[in-house]
Amino acid sequence: MAPKSCALCQNSKAILRRPKTGQHICKHCFFTVFETEVHNTIIQAHLFKPGDRVAIGASGGKDSTVLAYVMKTLNDRYQYGLNLFLLSVDEGITGYRDDSLETVKRNQEQYDMPLKIVSYEELYGWTMDRVVSAIGKKNNCTFCGVFRRQALDRGASGLGVDQIVTGHNADDIAETVLMNIMRGDIGRLGRCTAICTQGEDMIRRSKPFKYAYEKEIVMYAYFKKLDYFSTECIYSPDAYRGHARAFLKDLEAARPSAIIDIIHSGEAFELKEEVRATQKSQQTCKRCGYMSSNDLCKACSLLESLERGMSTAITDKGRRKLEAQGLTPDNMRTIPYFHPSSSVDAEAES
Amino acid sequence: MAHLKLKIEFGGGLELLFSNQRTHFVAIPSTVPQGDNKGQPADINFLTHWLRDNLLKERPELFIDTGTVRPGILVLVNDTDWELEGEGEYKLREDDEIVFISTLHGG
Repeated sequence: MAPKSCALCQNSKAILRRPKTGQHICKHCFFTVFETEVHNTIIQAHLFKPGDRVAIGASGGKDSTVLAYVMKTLNDRYQYGLNLFLLSVDEGITGYRDDSLETVKRNQEQYDMPLKIVSYEELYGWTMDRVVSAIGKKNNCTFCGVFRRQALDRGASGLGVDQIVTGHNADDIAETVLMNIMRGDIGRLGRCTAICTQGEDMIRRSKPFKYAYEKEIVMYAYFKKLDYFSTECIYSPDAYRGHARAFLKDLEAARPSAIIDIIHSGEAFELKEEVRATQKSQQTCKRCGYMSSNDLCKACSLLESLERGMSTAITDKGRRKLEAQGLTPDNMRTIPYFHPSSSVDAEAES
Repeated sequence: MAHLKLKIEFGGGLELLFSNQRTHFVAIPSTVPQGDNKGQPADINFLTHWLRDNLLKERPELFIDTGTVRPGILVLVNDTDWELEGEGEYKLREDDEIVFISTLHGG
């Protein structure tokens, strides 16, 4: 096949077919359009203001590595005036997270950003290795997901940042829309396409890659030769998400716009007033101060079930019953009380 | 039988299926030796089956799905998206460099 020239500059050889538009473009134009689209997303959603302290949730994987690189590039190019930090969570998974954290440490030097690492062990007293040895591999993704969310907020609070940005891309969001539909999770379906979320008192989170296709993120990392880590978690991956992912990839192969179309559908859903009224309102966890829709937040309730030697989350009702029987262990580990953004003095770790 | 020398690279976690080695130099038959396409020049579809049969060490379903590269794996031919090169029907040439990158591993 004769080499095609770029649809944008009409000059250089095309190296990529854009999944969003079908255009054939060259390497230079690809870098420009990819970066410019992320910039446009940031500007249109008013994600930042000058002087903001922003933590990049960094796992060492492809999305967060490209996000760190692009945030640094755009912050310099368009003078956003942001102070950028890398924030990583150490789940305590030997042979997986310890290796990917090495990648983040290299990123810290390559991008010249301070890095803070929050560990499950320090915060909850449990590594994921220990969680899995106690409860097995079946539910461990639930524990890890709940623990990670709160760990990121606490790490961000320690850094005194205004906002956390994460590397969630268009494929991730489309996948989440599908999962929420399939699970009938109306509350999350309404929220999951928001580019920016903010729980009460909690730190703002946003997704600058909301409209960026995974294919383009991976191609960007490849052509820029970015250093990222890619190994599956050694504990069973989230099977339900895996099915949604495989289904989405099949749809994309047949019609590449499927991903952006699903996001648009998700954005267009609006909850009827009577449905919204049935959704639980947010409150503060009675034990640790984190946002919660029950007396205890999910992390506290999962931690309590671990401490009690149970394998699933304990309900408010179940807990009250046990407490009434005087069965609360005296020395039970709890999570330190959360004071959002109170400690700006915390220094980033090396 | 004539052979084609190729450089194969795996990334994004796919290397784990291929002895945890990213770069491989291989020589494959320049025409398909058997089956429906016997005698046809070797293309990427033939290459992926050859890699599965000769180089892959575990979990073939993560590499090939219904006869072609599994959706979610990006393929580059001499640093160009294979979607611009005819995908699986691209006819391989001596010293071509083929890259397979999985996008399916964690972000």
